[in-house]
Amino acid sequence: MSKSAYEIDQHHDQVERYVVVAWVDNEAGVLARVSGLFSGRGYNIESLAVSEVDHDRKISRITIATNGTQAVIKQIQAQVLKLVPVHKVNIYPINDETIFRELALVKFLGEGEMLQKAEQLCVDNKFEFLDKTSKSFIVQALGLRTEIDEFIEKIKAFGSVSISRTGALAMKKGSETVKDNKGQVL
Amino acid sequence: MSEQLTGAEIVFKALNEHSVEYIFGYPGGAVLPLYDQISKEKNIKHILVRHEQGAGHAAEGYARSSGKPGIALVTSGPGATNMVTALTDAYMDSIPLVCISGQVPTHLIGTDAFQECDTTGITRPCTKHNWLVKDVNQLAETIHKAFHIATSGRPGPVLVDIPKDVQFQKGNYKSAKEVVVETYKPKIKAELSKIEQAVELIIKSKKPIIYSGGGVINAGTKASDALTEFTRITNFPITSTLQGLGAFPGSDPQFLGMLGMHGTYEANNAMYECDLMINIGARFDDRITGRVDAFSPNSKKIHIDIDPSSINKIVKVDVAIVGDCLSVLNDMLTTLKNKHSDFCNSNKEKISDWWKQINKWREKKSLSYKHDDKLIMPQYAVERLYELTKNQDTYITTEVGQHQMWAAQFYKFDKPNRWMTSGGLGTMGYGLPAAIGTQIANPGKLVVDIAGEASILMNIQEMSTAVQYKLPIKIFILNNQWMGMVRQWQELLHGKNYSESYTEALPDFVKLAEAYGAVGIRATTPKELDDKINEMVDINRPVIFDCLVKKEENCFPMIPSGKPHNEMILGPDDEEGITEEGKVLV
Repeated sequence: MSKSAYEIDQHHDQVERYVVVAWVDNEAGVLARVSGLFSGRGYNIESLAVSEVDHDRKISRITIATNGTQAVIKQIQAQVLKLVPVHKVNIYPINDETIFRELALVKFLGEGEMLQKAEQLCVDNKFEFLDKTSKSFIVQALGLRTEIDEFIEKIKAFGSVSISRTGALAMKKGSETVKDNKGQVL
Repeated sequence: MSEQLTGAEIVFKALNEHSVEYIFGYPGGAVLPLYDQISKEKNIKHILVRHEQGAGHAAEGYARSSGKPGIALVTSGPGATNMVTALTDAYMDSIPLVCISGQVPTHLIGTDAFQECDTTGITRPCTKHNWLVKDVNQLAETIHKAFHIATSGRPGPVLVDIPKDVQFQKGNYKSAKEVVVETYKPKIKAELSKIEQAVELIIKSKKPIIYSGGGVINAGTKASDALTEFTRITNFPITSTLQGLGAFPGSDPQFLGMLGMHGTYEANNAMYECDLMINIGARFDDRITGRVDAFSPNSKKIHIDIDPSSINKIVKVDVAIVGDCLSVLNDMLTTLKNKHSDFCNSNKEKISDWWKQINKWREKKSLSYKHDDKLIMPQYAVERLYELTKNQDTYITTEVGQHQMWAAQFYKFDKPNRWMTSGGLGTMGYGLPAAIGTQIANPGKLVVDIAGEASILMNIQEMSTAVQYKLPIKIFILNNQWMGMVRQWQELLHGKNYSESYTEALPDFVKLAEAYGAVGIRATTPKELDDKINEMVDINRPVIFDCLVKKEENCFPMIPSGKPHNEMILGPDDEEGITEEGKVLV
């Protein structure tokens, strides 16, 4: 049973994964504002991807995979939206309405049969080879987070790997785009 | 093309454009170009504090008592880090501050230069927004944005960090009129449909309560007038948070006193039992709600707040109204008068049973205490201070602890902006510098810092500031030689293990006052108290009043942590009400 303000709703509601997307002015410190808000208020960051998406207006899109109860996620959205350089914030639950993609670069080190098996695994997955030597290759893996997780698990069995991942990107299906929601009750 | 100005000139031109009259500050290496400029300014006066934290709290006191933003100016490194507590304090209590800090020259940033620190990094979580200005041509625009963001919407502190070389460089000035912040447009006016939903609940309610907060004070004195009119028209009982005191007259019979941890029995029980709660500019702070899952279980809740992130943060509400308290109250009043004029007449009858119940709770007299002939009771001291100063327009600041709660309970505020206290952050050492800022903003008025002997020592150096500027502030110390609230919690929650809460060596406060060039007065018996308070009030110089009070008195009533509103403890005979689970909460 919750006893104080520090434990609101945690017990009534299930923790689920969500993706938070924020459109922000690409100015110094903006990423620190957003990520600092997460750490300062005790929210989790599973992955974070950010890049400028509109060079003329200098707007970046930050995509954060996180988890929490629905109340916590609403509060994350409201708090991020309150930051001055933030234009709009949207929340994507993990479901069929949303496209998720993550990219990974995987460098595999191995020889002989193991190298061949690893290569075959990549071919089966239709991943693109970016570099090859007699003892190694670099492959670009593209897909859902879980698909990349599985792939990495499998390729590790054949040799040693070095991995770089972007974290999830998300976009809602259909023709709809995200409307400005600054200053609104969510 | 207009004439080019130095960065320092641009800063002051911008401050003049915002009609700044006072800056609270402390010079240092990285702000010397700005201090050069200060000496040439005719309309801006600099108040030299003795510690940067003092500048911050003085600016807060100035802001709260005047409704204008407070301005602070500090140097890089320690100047900026000393400001952090005051910025955090202002952020928690939504006080508009504009802090300008010096920074090492741009080419030295990141080199661990002398008195360098990452000021914008350090202050990011404790400001509403902050900027490091590396381009002199952005300086005017940034300062205008800083004022706009600090003072609009939910007010708060902002910081502008200016490297020393930028203060010297020449650049173009831009007027405030040319500046907009595209992503920052606080909503002032609420949707009419929401107002109508709220009014529907209001006219149906049989057990309503208005729970008002600092948002009403921040919305300006007209918002307090509107709140008063709304309360009178509806005949609803009203309670207030610590920060909201004074928005509705404290001496009015419709006022139930403060609510929350040390609120009155009637206010807390009315919150628990009500069928409609109208939260106007308050934020369901944990000192207010007590145990959240047992908070006002049977009521519909209306929440009026200018900050959308406050809504549904702690308590889920039925009608959420985002807007400025003044605008929303006026819209509710208009709707009530135009569409429900009969309500205003019939309502007294409809809620008369509710008032009967409230008056029964009132009969408990939850603020009563045992009088003493020989020792001054701390409650008595505040009561007498109130009685002897209520007929003049008195401004009260406080430090943090028992004395603060007694001040909130026993000093009645009939006007807004007369009560300056650190609520959210709970900053000991707030009251003296805040009194300085308050006195600067209100020359000729009586300004009293109700203090504890422990808190006052945290920023006692500012006595020197008060003496320098001939500010006749009164420091009214309820001296019980204990960190009283710590002692109280140790008694009630930690098995009377009074670990480190007693101050073994205290200064002689009378001599201390004299050493600073102020006046010291000591009162030791209830008999002499009135005369001494009158003496204090009559002295037109800074005074430290050392009021020796009963040492082990506790502040009641109290909702222990982990308890709902209807399980208050009313006094020393009631203390077994605290549970093991409650002890781990703050």
